[in-house]
Amino acid sequence: MPTRVRESRGQEMVLTAAVAVVIVLLSLLPMLRLIKEIVAPGGTLSTVAIAAGLRSPATWIATWHTLVVGIGGTLLAVLSGTLVAVLVSLTDIRGRSALVLCYVMPLMIAPQVTALAWLQLFGPASPFLKLFGAAPPLGTKNPLYSTSGIILLLGIQYGPLVFLLVRAGLRKLPRELVEAARAGGAGWFPVLVTIVLPLMTPSIMAAAALAFVSCVGNFGIPAFLGIPANYLVLPTLIYQKLAGGGPAVLGETAFLSALIGVIAMAGILAQEVMSRRRDYRISSTSLPAEPYELGRWRPIVQACMWLLIVLVLFLPLFGLVLTSLVPGYGIALTAKTVTLDNYRFVLFEHDAANRAFFNSFWLSIAAAFFAVVVAVPVGYLIAWGRQRWVRLLNLAVELPYALPGVVLAIASLLLFLRPIPLTGIQLYNTVWIILYAYLARFLVLALRPTISGYHQIDRALEEAAQVAGAGLFTRMRTIIFPLVAPAAIAGGLLIFMTALSELTVSALLWSSGSETIGVVMFSFEQGGDSNYAAAMSVITVAVTFVLMLVTNLLAPYLPSGVLPWRD
Amino acid sequence: MARLSLDHVTKSFANFEAVKDVSIDVADGEFLAVLGPSGCGKTTLLRLVAGFEKVTSGEIRIGSDVVSSSVGSVAPEKRRVGIVFQNYALWPHMTVAENIGYSLKVAKLDKTVARQKVEDALALVNLQGLGQRRPANLSGGQRQRVALARCLVAAPSLVLFDEPLANLDVHLRASMEDEFAAFHKRTGTTIVYITHDQAEAMSLADRIAVMDHGRVAQLATPRELYHEPANEMVASFVSQGILLPADVLTGEDGGHCKVRALGTELVVRCRPGERPRAGAKICCRSADLDVSPHGPGFDGLVKRVIYQGGAARIEFTPAAGPDLTLHFEQPDPVTLESGAQARLRIRSGWLIPVGTAS
Ligand SMILES: Nc1ncnc2c1ncn2[C@@H]1O[C@H](COP(=O)(O)OP(=O)(O)OP(=O)(O)O)[C@@H](O)[C@H]1O
Ligand SMILES: [Mg+2]
Repeated sequence: MPTRVRESRGQEMVLTAAVAVVIVLLSLLPMLRLIKEIVAPGGTLSTVAIAAGLRSPATWIATWHTLVVGIGGTLLAVLSGTLVAVLVSLTDIRGRSALVLCYVMPLMIAPQVTALAWLQLFGPASPFLKLFGAAPPLGTKNPLYSTSGIILLLGIQYGPLVFLLVRAGLRKLPRELVEAARAGGAGWFPVLVTIVLPLMTPSIMAAAALAFVSCVGNFGIPAFLGIPANYLVLPTLIYQKLAGGGPAVLGETAFLSALIGVIAMAGILAQEVMSRRRDYRISSTSLPAEPYELGRWRPIVQACMWLLIVLVLFLPLFGLVLTSLVPGYGIALTAKTVTLDNYRFVLFEHDAANRAFFNSFWLSIAAAFFAVVVAVPVGYLIAWGRQRWVRLLNLAVELPYALPGVVLAIASLLLFLRPIPLTGIQLYNTVWIILYAYLARFLVLALRPTISGYHQIDRALEEAAQVAGAGLFTRMRTIIFPLVAPAAIAGGLLIFMTALSELTVSALLWSSGSETIGVVMFSFEQGGDSNYAAAMSVITVAVTFVLMLVTNLLAPYLPSGVLPWRD
Repeated sequence: MARLSLDHVTKSFANFEAVKDVSIDVADGEFLAVLGPSGCGKTTLLRLVAGFEKVTSGEIRIGSDVVSSSVGSVAPEKRRVGIVFQNYALWPHMTVAENIGYSLKVAKLDKTVARQKVEDALALVNLQGLGQRRPANLSGGQRQRVALARCLVAAPSLVLFDEPLANLDVHLRASMEDEFAAFHKRTGTTIVYITHDQAEAMSLADRIAVMDHGRVAQLATPRELYHEPANEMVASFVSQGILLPADVLTGEDGGHCKVRALGTELVVRCRPGERPRAGAKICCRSADLDVSPHGPGFDGLVKRVIYQGGAARIEFTPAAGPDLTLHFEQPDPVTLESGAQARLRIRSGWLIPVGTAS
């Protein structure tokens, strides 16, 4: 007997140990390295780095800007996301799933693509405005190169994030809570204000915290809209410093990235405090309330919703496509000027762009594949594990994604600036450092659906295999993996879509030869070649669309909520 | 206080009819219980009255106003109907007092008046001093009382209860039942009370509507329901009535007629005007059966004897009807044993009227 006990314990130990190693390598190590750089630069405890950072006026200006656009973008996202969630969930508006799909779409498009699309829409060179002859004269400043431009785009980018969380909350609202209020004499609007929204406080707060973290950590939008106006936020300040100073300024940027981390954490803490102030726990479950009948307002509300969607999705994408079809800056699109040259150029002629497509594709595939393979055992321990430290495990995996990407990028740089001890392998200045950062950052995107997949599976299925004599690894391979595979793979596809046009991390980690799509797009735009950037964007958006369609095929096998765009 | 009447009300979900052609008149101040097996449409009926669902056809009137018809319907907030849900539906983000005072606040009542009313409502349900608590910190019974107080504070003309005691333990149920009865007596509010607990319905209600598959199977006083079920469904549903096939031998005379059941002749109660017919059914209660070793009666086999303290529940299969099971109680000293032969007598019964079968 004891040998049998040891044997079955053994497999579990191996699994636990393997998972622990992965988590330490991907999550704890970079964070610890970053902290060390700040509190003990060069190996001894000192406040030099902190003091230097605090002394610089650029730090303060960028921090202020970060807070302004972070809070502004969050407010806009919360207002719009909540409004849309309420309209979609509580009224009898028609065409719900199409609305949700279109409204959530911007979330699947990389921020710098959103930024580029909007810039193309309103600038003096806008082929769209030129269609009507409404473009401002060349040389006019694009109105989006401003604080309000950044806030607007952040709000548009992350409104869907708020929408998804609030909608999930609204779906769980038992109809009796609404009906009791109506029976008490409250009309629809008072019920919304006094019952529904207060009960949604936890969802709205969580959504606000998430939107805030995303806004302060966003690089693409302030890079495209802020740098030309010399309006720097912390992520773009870090980028500029690194671009100008290289590894020498790494210590300084470590402080700045920690500052972003602190701001993001402050947002999360504020949310915790706000949600604790009252009791919002809904204990009963029931059907959701009957949709409120908009009556003669329905066509108007519907028209407004679609107008919003045209404004935030179709118009910018349309502008982007137009830009990708004209031969150069400021040229109007006519039957004569229309051309596919930009596509030919980025796909076949430009070396860096070629490499970028290649790099981004395999980086995304590798990150997605790795995440799926790791998510299954990690999810197993978190969802079904009996150990108490698994909550910490979950936290550790969430951390690199919860913190802005810049933080992880700087941490990776610090970690791999020198060759890895003992082996002498050099990751710095290679594409591998990007892969490392992607693995760390995106693992959680596959883990979350996998965990909800585990929660949907009857544990008895595994136990039956156990009784039949299958060891842990056999069970993993033959029972568990096939059952959670759809969820894990859907997570992998989400990772692929996210990583494909990722910019924040790769902008800080790339080197010549290891460009990514995001990086090349960014440098085209900075060099004034918006048409090439637009062509690359259109290609990535098209790939994303196709992948979404493919992922939809998995939908019947997935726990609800895994595919954000499906209602 | 208002009269409630439902007139040929039908409600379909997609193509499933949850409530079919229901007509009920609830008098002003009446306590009506709606009783029926799970899924028979009780909750749907209640939600139709409250206005949370629209009728597919038919009409609902509260007082003299038509509130629901296939043409349109008055919004729930305009109906002055109080409702108590099975799961209490207290708002977790408000205190007990805020929960109770909600409808007063919505009606923009003067603050001091409202506070007094809330105090009164709390006193009414014996929860003085708990106004500042959160619903999460209350026991199940207390939550149910808060829900009651919340619905009463606005002095609704009609109060609807949807299985209000289903989540409480037996002990609490009895005491809450007393409170509901007392409340009804004191205020004279018209009440529609949904339950699937027969004892609860019997003890509280003036009349009971038994529902089955969306229809009203019978609407009658508790006594009538028990003694004179209108159809087989009600007969077997209420107090586990025993149904026996019978042939009616004589016409009705003074409320009784002679029938033959299980090979023996007996006299049962019946509706006026019954005539001789074959293939009828009679309903007897376990109290109508007793053991008669030597007298008239029918023989059969004792299948099971379950001792329940002071008496035993006997399950019995008559020889004349091998697929029937009769059950009755034999008080101590219990003489029957399972597997034994015995002879039973039916003292009385009720002839199920013709044509109203469910
Ligand atoms: N919104 C709905 N859509 C479709 N069918 C419904 C809906 N609400 C109720 N039903 C169906 O109508 C029937 C009656 O439901 P109802 O809730 O009224 O039953 P009930 O008598 O209250 O049962 P219980 O005693 O279990 O509460 C059920 O078959 C139910 O599935
Ligand atoms: Mg019900």
